[in-house]
Formats: sequence, C-alpha cells, structure tokens
Amino acid sequence: MQGLRQADLAKKAGISASYLNLIEHNRRRIGGKLLLSLADALGVEPSALTEGAEAALIATLGEARAAGEIAATDSEPPEDFAGRFPGWAELLVRRHRRVLELERIVETLTDRLTHDPHLAAALHEVLSTVTAIRSTAGILADTPELEREWRDRFQRNINEDAKRLAESAQTLVSYLDEGGEEETGLAAPQDELDAFLTDAGFHFEALETGGAGEIDGVLQESERLQSAASRALARQYLQRYAEDAAALPLADTLAALPGTGADPAALARRFGVSVAQAMRRIAALPPARGVPAVGMVSCDASGTLVFRKPVEGFALPRFGAACPKWPLFQALSRPLLPIRRLVQQDMRGRDAFLAYAIAEPVSAPDFGHAPLFQAHMLLVPPGPSDQDRDGIDGLGVNCRICPREGCDGRREPSILTDGF
Amino acid sequence: MGKHVLVIEDEPNIIEAISFILSRDGWAVDTHSNGHDAVDVVRAKAPDLVILDVMLPGKSGYDILSELREDARTHDLPVLMLTARGQTKDRELAERIGASRFMTKPFSNAEVLEALRELVPQ
Repeated sequence: MQGLRQADLAKKAGISASYLNLIEHNRRRIGGKLLLSLADALGVEPSALTEGAEAALIATLGEARAAGEIAATDSEPPEDFAGRFPGWAELLVRRHRRVLELERIVETLTDRLTHDPHLAAALHEVLSTVTAIRSTAGILADTPELEREWRDRFQRNINEDAKRLAESAQTLVSYLDEGGEEETGLAAPQDELDAFLTDAGFHFEALETGGAGEIDGVLQESERLQSAASRALARQYLQRYAEDAAALPLADTLAALPGTGADPAALARRFGVSVAQAMRRIAALPPARGVPAVGMVSCDASGTLVFRKPVEGFALPRFGAACPKWPLFQALSRPLLPIRRLVQQDMRGRDAFLAYAIAEPVSAPDFGHAPLFQAHMLLVPPGPSDQDRDGIDGLGVNCRICPREGCDGRREPSILTDGF
Repeated sequence: MGKHVLVIEDEPNIIEAISFILSRDGWAVDTHSNGHDAVDVVRAKAPDLVILDVMLPGKSGYDILSELREDARTHDLPVLMLTARGQTKDRELAERIGASRFMTKPFSNAEVLEALRELVPQ
C-alpha cells in the first residue's frame, strides 16, 4: 500500500477516509463490492485483502458482546476467542446477524400494523362505508312512512356503498395477502407444510413405489420447505405416509374402493389397519375415476389442527381454533368411538358432507402412561342414501366469521352479526 | 326552529343519512366536507353543536378541534368527534384536546341522537 495516501485510496474506493481507517484497524466488516473496489484501487487480488474476513468476524463478535448476547463479564477479548474457537465464533456471528435480522422484521411488522398508512386508509374506507350503510339502513328500517323519493335515494346510496365496501374489502384482503408472504418470508412451519402438501396434491408417487427410501429425495426437491422446522414436520408426515402406503398399497386400495366406498371403517377392516390410517390413505389417493374428492383434518389433544386437506364446499379456518361443533372434536371427547354425521356449514356456497371422525392414541399402549390421542375427520361427498339418515348437523368454520345465532358452542362474538 | 348543528364529514352518504336523521329529530342541519376552512365555517355559522370527523381532507379533526378550543368564541362549543379508530389512545387524545363526546364508527342512529340531546338539551 505504499505510494498511495489513505485519503486517496478512500476516494478511489468511494468511501470516507474515516471509514477506511476503521477497516484498516479491523473494526469494520469488509466484503462484497467494497472488497472488490478496494482491491481494484490498490491493484491487488481481492484475496489479498480477505484477511479482512477475520476482522469482520471479530468486529461482529464485539457487536454481539455490546448487544448483551455474550456475557459482558467474560473478559476474553473477541480476538482471542475467534482465534481459539473459529467455528464457534463463526456460529455466534451468524446467530448475531440472524437476531438483528429478526429484530428488524419484528419492528417492521409492528410498525406496519400500527402506522401503515395504506392499511389505515383502507380500514378507514371500510369503516366509513359501513357507517354510511348502517346509518342509511337504520333510516329505512326505522322510518315506516318514508317518502318514496327518500326511500329510493337511500336505497341507491346503500347499493353504491355496498359495492364500494365489497371493493375495499377485496383490496384490503389482497394487500394483506401479498404483504404477509413477500415482505417477511416468515411463514409458520405449519404453513410451509400446508403449501408443500397442496403442491403435491397430498399424493407422493415416489413414496408409493419407492417407500420410505424416497423421503430424502422428495424433501430435497421441494422449494416450499424453507425452514428446518417445516422440513422436520414434512419428514414426519412423509414417514407416516410411507408406512400407510406399505399397509394399504395404492393398487389394492383403489381396487377395494368400489366395495368399501369412502367408508374408512370398511377399508380399515379390509386391510386390518386402524380407522385413522384408512382415513389418511383415502385422503392421499390421487385424483382418479371412482376416487371421491375428500377433505381431512386432524387435531391433537389440545384441539389444535395439525393437518388439513381442504375440500371445496367446506371451509377450514386458516388461523385460530375451529368450530367446536365439528364431529372431529366430538371424537376427541369420546376416544376410539367412530362417529359418522351428515354436516353442512351454515354459510352460502357450502355443501353437505358425510363426516367420519375418530380419535386414536398416537403411540403404542404402555402401562403406567396415559395414551395421548389425536382426532381425525374425513369429509366425503354424501351419496344419495346418506342424505336423510339423521338430518344434517349445522356447523361453522370458526366463531369470528360464523353467523349462527344462539349457538351453545360460541366462544366469541361474530364480526358478521355483532354490532349491527 | 330547532337547535343548529354543523356536520363536518367528508363521506357524502354519511352526511346525507345523518342530515336526514337530525332534521327529522328537529335539528337545523348544516354540512361541510373538508378540513381546510372548517374552523372559518364554524365561526361563520355559529352552530349550537358540531359533529366533527377526525379524518378529513386538508386538516385533521384533532387540529380543527384544537383551534376551536383556543378561540374564546368556540372554546365551550359542544363538539362530538367521530372516528373510525376506537383505540384508547385516540379517545384520550380527543378528550385531552377538548372533545365533548367521542364516538367510533360504525355507530347507530339512536346513539348519535342520544349523544346530541345530552350535549344540547332541547
């Protein structure tokens, strides 16, 4: 570096002299573009400068210590630590960066919820329109002898506002949808698993033919599983899938269907497996002739949904708990008792389904240990003979968006009926 | 003639509905729909009561209320604030500045009438 003044070098590299000073004293990280421009300015290979990488490591360790992630009482200087335990130091630095990154995301999300002008404006628009509709509808309902001219005018206003409300609600939903995934990249592991299963259509041909040996390959091919947590969930799912496929081979299962129909108990008897296993198998069949389009949900003993295969005509809650009226939860309170009910959600566009539900222990029996149960519910389109069996059970999705009145299962008021 | 109310709100269909309800209840109703000159309009019309939306084009309802409270002529004028946000801090802010009442959207017609009758006994 002889012959070139520090100020000139800084200028050539496009940084301030004081920043260069920090870099030279190993107090600032150097890498990427800056590394290349400095190397270029000095006329050397970038690799000649990468001792700087270690400097970066030490600097970041110092930052982590200052941020309180490493005990401040530990008197060992970061240089010594990095020298003696380079692997650990590297790990610590990566964790530190991740912490900073996550802090930033949390900040962004919090800020967004409280101060996002777009969100605030969209909500204001929705609430203003709702206010106009509520007030106008109140006039129409409470003024029995309203003059025709006024009546027409208010009806026109309501119609206008209803259209506007529909548009702003859609805008709001698409805005929230986009933002959630693109900006944060913070999908929950369960969401990643759901996306992975949906992409595959809940059917894994490789495991049907190759068994559990193909699991690694399937996992590697997926772009949906970004986090270690979601990969662990997927692995667990695929292992059970492979076991189910071995117990109920695809060709045999398809051949048995015309006799058993989508009745999981009949299929379970035919193959000598558990009802839950038969349900999972039916839900994993590829779309084919004679295979009904079914949905399936499973919950653990806390009632939390741990598996969901949606089916058109029956809505599943994306967040929060489901409707306590589902046969799924009845099954949970009566373990091992098979339940079959004709059900339909009380909302427009929902179809009737034959719901088969059962709760089974998740592990093998063991003396001295109470078994833990999981409940499963298979939703099958009803056949003509199922229609009038015992009447239809009306149920919901979850309380927030359920219009049912006087429901003894209600946990919280509905946003659809309350306050209007 | 009944008492005089000025409705400052930018949503035309809300203005129309509120005006209708208030007129039927015996109020003389005036309306205004932007924040810029709202304070001047209040001074000029000298109503018995103002219904003031928080989110207005040009100037926020909070700023308008502050100005009204600083002026001796409108210092004690009953003001019913309307907002689409029902958070405690909004309510506190409105009360600190000097709102006589605070109401969150969507409200019912009966609530508005009741609040008005309380603020300005007929």
